[in-house]
Amino acid sequence: MFAYIVRRILYSVPILIGVNVLTFSLFFIVNSPDNMARSQLGEKHVTKETIENWKKEQGYDKPLFINVEEEGLASLTETIFFNKSIKLFMFEFGQSESGRDITNDVAQRMWPSLALALPTFVVGIWVNICVALMVIMFRGTPLDRGAVIIFVAMMSISYLFYIIGGQYLVAKTWRLVPISGFDLSAQMWRFLILPVVVGVVSGIGSGARLYRTFFIEEADKDYVRTAKAKGLSEVAILFHHILPNALIPILTGVVVVIPALFMGSLLMESFFGIPGLGSYMLDAIDSQDFAIVRSMVFIGSVLYILGLLLTDLSYTWADPRVRLN
Amino acid sequence: MPEVTFLDKNRQPVTADSEDLVYSRYLIRVNSQAHYQPHPAFAKDEKGNPLYLFDSEQLSEDFNTIADFKVTGSRPVHANDFIYQIKRLADPKLKSPMLGVMAQYIVGLSDLSKTLADVPRDNWVDLNDYSMEGLELIDERTFAITIYNRYPQFSYWLTMHFFAPIPPEADRFYHNPGFKQKNLTLDWYPIGSGAYMMTQNNPNSEIVLERNPNFRPDFFPSEGEPGDREKGFLNDAGKRLPFVDKAVFRLEKEVLPRWGKFLQGYYDRSGEHQSNTKNFFDQAFVVGDDGLELTPDLRSHELTLSRSVKPRVQYIAFNMRDPVVGGYSEKARKLRRALSIAYVEENYISIFHKGNALAAQGPIPPGITGYFEGEKGINPYVFDWVGGEAKRKSLGAARKLLAEAGYPNGRDANTGKPLKLYFDVQSQVAKTNSVLNWQRRQFESLGIQVEFRSTDWNRHREKLLSGNAQIFSHGWLADYPDPENFFILFYGPQSPLVCKCEGTNDPNYENAEFDRLFRRMREMPEGAERNTIVAKMVEMIRRDNVWLSAYHVFEYYLNNPWVYNTKRHGIAQNNLKYVRIEPKQRNEKIKQWNQPVIWPLVVGGVLVAAVFVPVFNAYRRRQKMKINH
Repeated sequence: MFAYIVRRILYSVPILIGVNVLTFSLFFIVNSPDNMARSQLGEKHVTKETIENWKKEQGYDKPLFINVEEEGLASLTETIFFNKSIKLFMFEFGQSESGRDITNDVAQRMWPSLALALPTFVVGIWVNICVALMVIMFRGTPLDRGAVIIFVAMMSISYLFYIIGGQYLVAKTWRLVPISGFDLSAQMWRFLILPVVVGVVSGIGSGARLYRTFFIEEADKDYVRTAKAKGLSEVAILFHHILPNALIPILTGVVVVIPALFMGSLLMESFFGIPGLGSYMLDAIDSQDFAIVRSMVFIGSVLYILGLLLTDLSYTWADPRVRLN
Repeated sequence: MPEVTFLDKNRQPVTADSEDLVYSRYLIRVNSQAHYQPHPAFAKDEKGNPLYLFDSEQLSEDFNTIADFKVTGSRPVHANDFIYQIKRLADPKLKSPMLGVMAQYIVGLSDLSKTLADVPRDNWVDLNDYSMEGLELIDERTFAITIYNRYPQFSYWLTMHFFAPIPPEADRFYHNPGFKQKNLTLDWYPIGSGAYMMTQNNPNSEIVLERNPNFRPDFFPSEGEPGDREKGFLNDAGKRLPFVDKAVFRLEKEVLPRWGKFLQGYYDRSGEHQSNTKNFFDQAFVVGDDGLELTPDLRSHELTLSRSVKPRVQYIAFNMRDPVVGGYSEKARKLRRALSIAYVEENYISIFHKGNALAAQGPIPPGITGYFEGEKGINPYVFDWVGGEAKRKSLGAARKLLAEAGYPNGRDANTGKPLKLYFDVQSQVAKTNSVLNWQRRQFESLGIQVEFRSTDWNRHREKLLSGNAQIFSHGWLADYPDPENFFILFYGPQSPLVCKCEGTNDPNYENAEFDRLFRRMREMPEGAERNTIVAKMVEMIRRDNVWLSAYHVFEYYLNNPWVYNTKRHGIAQNNLKYVRIEPKQRNEKIKQWNQPVIWPLVVGGVLVAAVFVPVFNAYRRRQKMKINH
């Protein structure tokens, strides 16, 4: 397995380079270093010299990919791409265009993101599995069909509707919890309960429906009939037999997102005023802060690759027959 | 106020109107009671040495935020601190956006910048070690700045934040090893001597200002504008400032939470809003018999409203170098005038701003020299003065002008082809279809076709810099209340095509006489002679019809009933120290307004039970079911 993990890590290097090239190209198709300078310095009273000085100090005064004024390897290394990208692979993110240390910012902001994403994820999975198993229990009955209709309806409703509706009803009209805000203290739960509930409820439709499909596939298999014949209760059959056997497809969709929980949610953080990494990324795009954008995309890519690797490893845990080689 | 003297090339005094005038010298005396906020940069050990100076990152690893420094100190503000800050403007490492502009005025700033560019940066660079020609330290409380020529508006610049004093101790403190990696920097933890000090700076979440215990004695004014006393704005006259101990500014990106929390009383003030702010404004105001009114719901909240007109103008401009709409021939002027008459800005304001803006009669907004109310203030090329009010000229007059311009009924008189114009809009501004449709109809009223070209801000800016936009919209907020700051939008050398720079003259207006008058009025002190020149310049802009249309927006602040002294200022932003809060009233109202509604929880519980009990019963029945043979 060790060799497999090393091989997968080595595979990730060209993927990360590719992601980096793509991010870099897309960003600079839309923004030029001059645009970035204007964005940071403001529109008024900015002279050409000031812009040139900003570019020089920030390292944006070089060519993007190839420096024709240099010879040999320097024609590749004396470029914006090389200077801005190579340190990413050493996890040195440097400073944002506004002068803040990105590593420090990420380290601070990942906790609010995690505080929201982790309970939403854990409770969401648990609720979805329970609801799907409950529906399976009544497979083929009007209850099952009604539940599927409700799932599809819930899937069809925009995520924004859940957020705005939740804020309007629960927080504004009924005044049960704060509308928005965040506090890294004992009072944190007061601010998190609504976004977590909204996140869980909005995910029930798609999650429970998907898991129901996985469980139905298992419910028709021989071992389930045998369990029933042995006289096991339906709850025991569902939780002790069907659920473990349906774990592989569930893990495929679930484990991959675990590392990315750190990255936060753009919409949730924006609406609920949570100063996490989701809003960090959004603000960086707004202010054309390439240093943050490239760092966040890089971190996102690394976490996604890590998620895929963990998914593969989780298969060996869920099904001892699986061997990674 | 600074004491201004004028000097010749040999630095000998001359009169203000002397032709030998080469420099202006601003003598500034620092308030003897000004004292810095408590700050660790001033903390000292028993021997009087700075307490928090470290040789390595390891020694400073226990300090991650400014609150981790338990010992603080303070000292009076010195004249050298102002000098130090001006030198910081010159430092290319700090990338000050004001360096380019200020270097045009302050003697020696540019030279110092060149010197500092070559200084090695391994450690902190003490700017006291570098002299600058235009700066003189006279004594601990007095210094002088010398600028080129005469520039009365320099006094306005001196009030801006980038001239605030910076103690060298603070600069050195923030250059401790490892501080930058922890975001312990001067720009994120500023130091000052004002009424408040920033104790938390997290723009993505909240910024906290707390009362500066060392703030100099400052008192609420006893005089105000006419009507201020009657409105209760002077009730606190003579009282020591500031009133509020702590002010928290929270970032709310979305309208619903912001508005909801304001109405629940968790925010004292609403923040600034314009009448085209979606949702927020619509929920707060209705147009009643007497104009804009708060909705009945808000009236019961006893909210108060603060309105201000900033020295600001939103405008739609012609590119004066465009072959169709640009140029200075009488025909070109007539075409532009026809379009200006047909573009009924008052309707736009009525529909999209609920009437809360003012159609501009020229480039200068209310409150600035050169703006006039009444007949004297109207743009005679677009409006007539009828029955005591400005009335837009008729569409017939616009059609006549259009025909005289060579486009009868919107068609080229020579080719017969319809006149088609191109209007550049920024996609970020997110103009709604209703706005674009309304604008299209204004052009169509003259039989002119218009095509909107939507681009993002970067492309839009590039088009303006390269002169490739035909008609475009833009805005300008003045830096200081002087007509010069609006005329610079038309000053020839500020055209991006002329200066090859980020010029302010986006329409690329060129008028040698206007430029001459601009240079003259810029150097003149306020007075009748200057006002005459200002009036002439306004007339030139109107005659040449550089802008298709323009308006000045009213801005609103809503205040909860426990907030007092809420009067707004169009330019000054440092009015927090005047605001007073009644915390007892606030606590009572918050409690009263936020009683939780419990019944939905009960109903929810009953509903869940209504679903799960039958399900559970069905499950039990199935478990007990027996197979019958």
